[in-house]
Amino acid sequence: MQRKHWISAAALAAGLAWSGFAQAQTTVRIAWYSDGNEGEVVSDLLKRFEAQNKDIKVVLDQVPYKAITENLPVQLASGQGPDIARVVDLGGVARYALDLRPYLKDASYWEKNFGPFLPWMRPEGDSSAITGFMTQLTVSGPFVNKTLFEQSGIAMPGAKATWEEWGKAVKDVAAKAQAPFPLAMDRSGHRFFSVAISEGAKVFDEKGEPAVIDEGFKRGAKLVYDWHNNGVMKKELWGSVSGTAYRGANDEFKNAQVVMYQSGSWQIAQFDKTVGDAFDWIAVPAPCGSVGVCSGMPGGAGLVAIKTTKSPEAVAKVMDYLASEPVLSEFYARSLFVPGHLGIAAKGLDYQGASGPAKAALKVFSDQVAQLSPVAYKLQGYVNNRIIFNATISRLGQAISGEGTLDEAFKRIESDIAQQIAERKK
Amino acid sequence: MAAAETDPRPRGADAAGPVAGLLAAPLALLMRLVDWPMRALQRAVGERRMAYVFLLPNLGFFSLFVFLPLVINFVFSVTGGAGLFPSERPFVGAQQYAYLFDCASFLDPSSCREDHFWRGVYNTARFTVFQVTAMVLFSLLTAVVLNMKIRARGFFRAVYFFPVLLSPVVVALTWKWILQRDGLLNAAITSLGGERILFLVDPSWAMFWVVFVSIWAHMGCYTLILLAGLQAIPADLYEAAEMDATPRWRVFWRITLPLLWPNMVVVIVLALIRGVQTFDEVFVLTGGGPGTATLMIVHYIYETAFANQVQNFGLAAAASVVLGIVLFALTLAQLAASRRKGAA
Amino acid sequence: MSLAARMMTARRRPGRWHWTDMAAYAYLSLGVVLMFGPVLWLGLSSFKTQAGLLEFPPSLLPMSQREVAVPGQSQKLPLYEVTMPDGSTRALAQLRRIGIQAQMVDPANPGEIIRVPIDKRTPVRQFRLATENYTEPLERFAFTRFLWNSVFVTIVATIITLIINSMAAYALSIYEFRGKTAVMLLVIGTLMIPITIILVPVYLVVTKLGLVNSLWAVILPGAATPTGVFLLRQYMLTLPRDLIEAARMDKASEWQIYWRIVMPLAMPALAVLAIFSIMWRWNEFLWPLAVLTKTEAYTLQIGLNAFQGELQTQWHYLLAMTVVTLLPVALVFVFLQRFITTGIANTGMK
Repeated sequence: MQRKHWISAAALAAGLAWSGFAQAQTTVRIAWYSDGNEGEVVSDLLKRFEAQNKDIKVVLDQVPYKAITENLPVQLASGQGPDIARVVDLGGVARYALDLRPYLKDASYWEKNFGPFLPWMRPEGDSSAITGFMTQLTVSGPFVNKTLFEQSGIAMPGAKATWEEWGKAVKDVAAKAQAPFPLAMDRSGHRFFSVAISEGAKVFDEKGEPAVIDEGFKRGAKLVYDWHNNGVMKKELWGSVSGTAYRGANDEFKNAQVVMYQSGSWQIAQFDKTVGDAFDWIAVPAPCGSVGVCSGMPGGAGLVAIKTTKSPEAVAKVMDYLASEPVLSEFYARSLFVPGHLGIAAKGLDYQGASGPAKAALKVFSDQVAQLSPVAYKLQGYVNNRIIFNATISRLGQAISGEGTLDEAFKRIESDIAQQIAERKK
Repeated sequence: MAAAETDPRPRGADAAGPVAGLLAAPLALLMRLVDWPMRALQRAVGERRMAYVFLLPNLGFFSLFVFLPLVINFVFSVTGGAGLFPSERPFVGAQQYAYLFDCASFLDPSSCREDHFWRGVYNTARFTVFQVTAMVLFSLLTAVVLNMKIRARGFFRAVYFFPVLLSPVVVALTWKWILQRDGLLNAAITSLGGERILFLVDPSWAMFWVVFVSIWAHMGCYTLILLAGLQAIPADLYEAAEMDATPRWRVFWRITLPLLWPNMVVVIVLALIRGVQTFDEVFVLTGGGPGTATLMIVHYIYETAFANQVQNFGLAAAASVVLGIVLFALTLAQLAASRRKGAA
Repeated sequence: MSLAARMMTARRRPGRWHWTDMAAYAYLSLGVVLMFGPVLWLGLSSFKTQAGLLEFPPSLLPMSQREVAVPGQSQKLPLYEVTMPDGSTRALAQLRRIGIQAQMVDPANPGEIIRVPIDKRTPVRQFRLATENYTEPLERFAFTRFLWNSVFVTIVATIITLIINSMAAYALSIYEFRGKTAVMLLVIGTLMIPITIILVPVYLVVTKLGLVNSLWAVILPGAATPTGVFLLRQYMLTLPRDLIEAARMDKASEWQIYWRIVMPLAMPALAVLAIFSIMWRWNEFLWPLAVLTKTEAYTLQIGLNAFQGELQTQWHYLLAMTVVTLLPVALVFVFLQRFITTGIANTGMK
């Protein structure tokens, strides 16, 4: 009797056999993460590519973002990576990137249209490689709930208004409209450094080595720190998590609880869907610091070819196709991304599926690209920039939540950065 | 589920239905086939050394996938740099350890070079004490209740077990909806005229909810272990107690608890170990915050090894070796203590 | 139900409840609310729209705004309850909103346009299930492939786990042999190594074995769980030793004793370990994510977590797919938990 107790699954498995997968002639594998619908769009585009190129099979492995930040570096280091990957930590992956230049149909097309972004994806010390292009250029900047301004009867600060003026205005609006969050800012290095660079942070010394803590940085940090203490910002984002954890205020903004939300261009597609007609939301140009700089931070995700690929020609073919102007235009337009292609940006992109507010916001952010400070570009292109970002948010967050003072945070940021860069150079 | 009530003694095979019986038959045959070589083996090595034969498959997997990685982990901890393969990593000796222990005072984490490590140590200790105590008590209570003659027992067991099935991401999401500024709980509090509480911004509340949610999410596991243990207690003991009209609390204290003890040890040890390892729900619920109030040691190790741009395997490995040694000592002490108690 | 349990609940006098029965039911009801409430709410929430999910304060049921057809309008219009200046309330449909003013019409009298400040209106809502959360990803996903992979991993891994761990537990609980203490120490010593900590070293081992992107890379490393050995051993310690001695007298081989005497007796603990193993394997995420990079080899957990991006997560899809992946394990649990009640009392070997 008891023998029959044995769990049915055992016998079931005995009947199952595991079989391998057949290989196509040339297979190109792309590791791809998605924030919104971009995975769908690119797989549509790749289907068309496969129809034109019968000898190449492209497999789009859609992965959680976690796989890209945490596992991909380990896989790349052990030589197990994909052929192409969509990555955010461009500097970190650059070591494993393939120089496509010898395989591309027309390298000058790439230089002309992706020029400013190519250095972001180059290994340290390399000044000519073409390794990929930006699937999405993000620009950080604020969204404003215009309806709350109208309801409270307070005038919105103008185009060249400073962060301090905005801080005052949104606090008044929030008090009148009873919104709990006058100003919200993503817990992210990119968002903070838009403020810090506008306040005059230089980030690097004359030799190009990181010298993060300067007067501008301190002004920016103080601003954010004080905002938390006088109620302009709430501790839910910067004060409620530790380390390098990201926190956004999408939900709060959607529920009309945030007057001004310092985030970035990638939010547009989501706000378009979730806010709907509930209130008027607009993007505004980056506010200015006290030294007259008014800059956001560029960023985004690049599609990078990986050096361990067995078929660089096929990879280059796929990359050439995806980077070509009509294909890329369609990609940006359908996923509501700010173009990382100078030609397309210059012509202006028609976002056909987008609503009026979304189109307007996309225009604001696209126009911002030209206004970005050179420091912002340099920081984004710096190989170890995530070390700087991570140390900053981790330590600043601690100060904001009351664990230690700002000065202690500055010291810790400096030593964290120095230690990690030293470890990498070992 | 209804059958469990009407039939006082459902037999496994009956409850499983004919399907299980059908599938079990080939398995029984297979096991009978294995018996032949096993018999021959037994003749060769003798009855007592068969223990090694039974241990062999487990130890094989174990040395390949646990022991060997632990050795590699130790090698990581005495090397530096960003390389992945041990051969690419320069030897640095005890430098990583020295770095961890670089403190002006061990009682004040902010005086340490790696303050996050020490904050993690203290938070984890605090968390584990509360969580394990509450976890053991509640799972014992639940197991005893679920073992009673109650209606819809299968349903109630499922109720307590379901949270275990949820992934940490989903657990955290659910509780965030409940606990956030305008979450369900605050909606209830304000509608009753209370003041809204920022549960995830206040360090003490955050710690409380982290303990609560982790008990919520894992209690089902421990309850099941104890439930299985309660079943192993011979029924005649209870019959005898019934004859003597012994009060229930006495039956519990004199019969149930001592006989359940080996399984209680499992629960206590596992709860302690899982408590120290707690990471994923906390990571997604509070992200270690506010500040670093719920930053756990494994979270620190994970972040050091993966989340930072330089994946600092060396430092992370050193921290995990330290953690492993402490845990090992703790478990041994606990087992020694429980053995004495079990013998008593 | 076992005798033990009957004993526990035996009533002093027939027809009268002991206070512990009341307390038990009170505790169980609390459990339903506290333990099951959030799970149930999660299930309901998986039918909310993307916007509905983000709402504060969250609603209990999936709701969406009612829309009405208004003569002369090509599209349906959203319906609001409006507080008029005189204090009365009317149900009006909104034509458009300009700033903080809304232009509204009475569906019964579409000719007249009424201007309403937006804070004087609240949406009229009705119960609606957003089934597209389920249908859309199921269409796009290689769902059956992921399901198959998950089922394969779960079943094979659970069988291997049960067999090799019960064998080891048997050896550690029944025999006295040289090196036993060392093996026990090893088991206990590694109980506390979470895969998170040795992820990279195990990855290196798996790479060297050439197992990357094979489902065996997911199955094998976790098969010899110290937790399983420990749990089974502690349970087997409670089994009556004389049974085994009697079997030895009858010339039963050691393998037969293991298979035909100890295993059936250990059924409750085996059921617990089976439930644990199935649940761990089914929900395992971090490790498969590290070793499986090809869509063909993905398990359900990787597939559904692909809705988590860098800055945004498509919660509506993620929740719906979570519910889908939850159903099979929930059923398995309901099925397996019955084995836990078939302990010694029922083996006829008392």
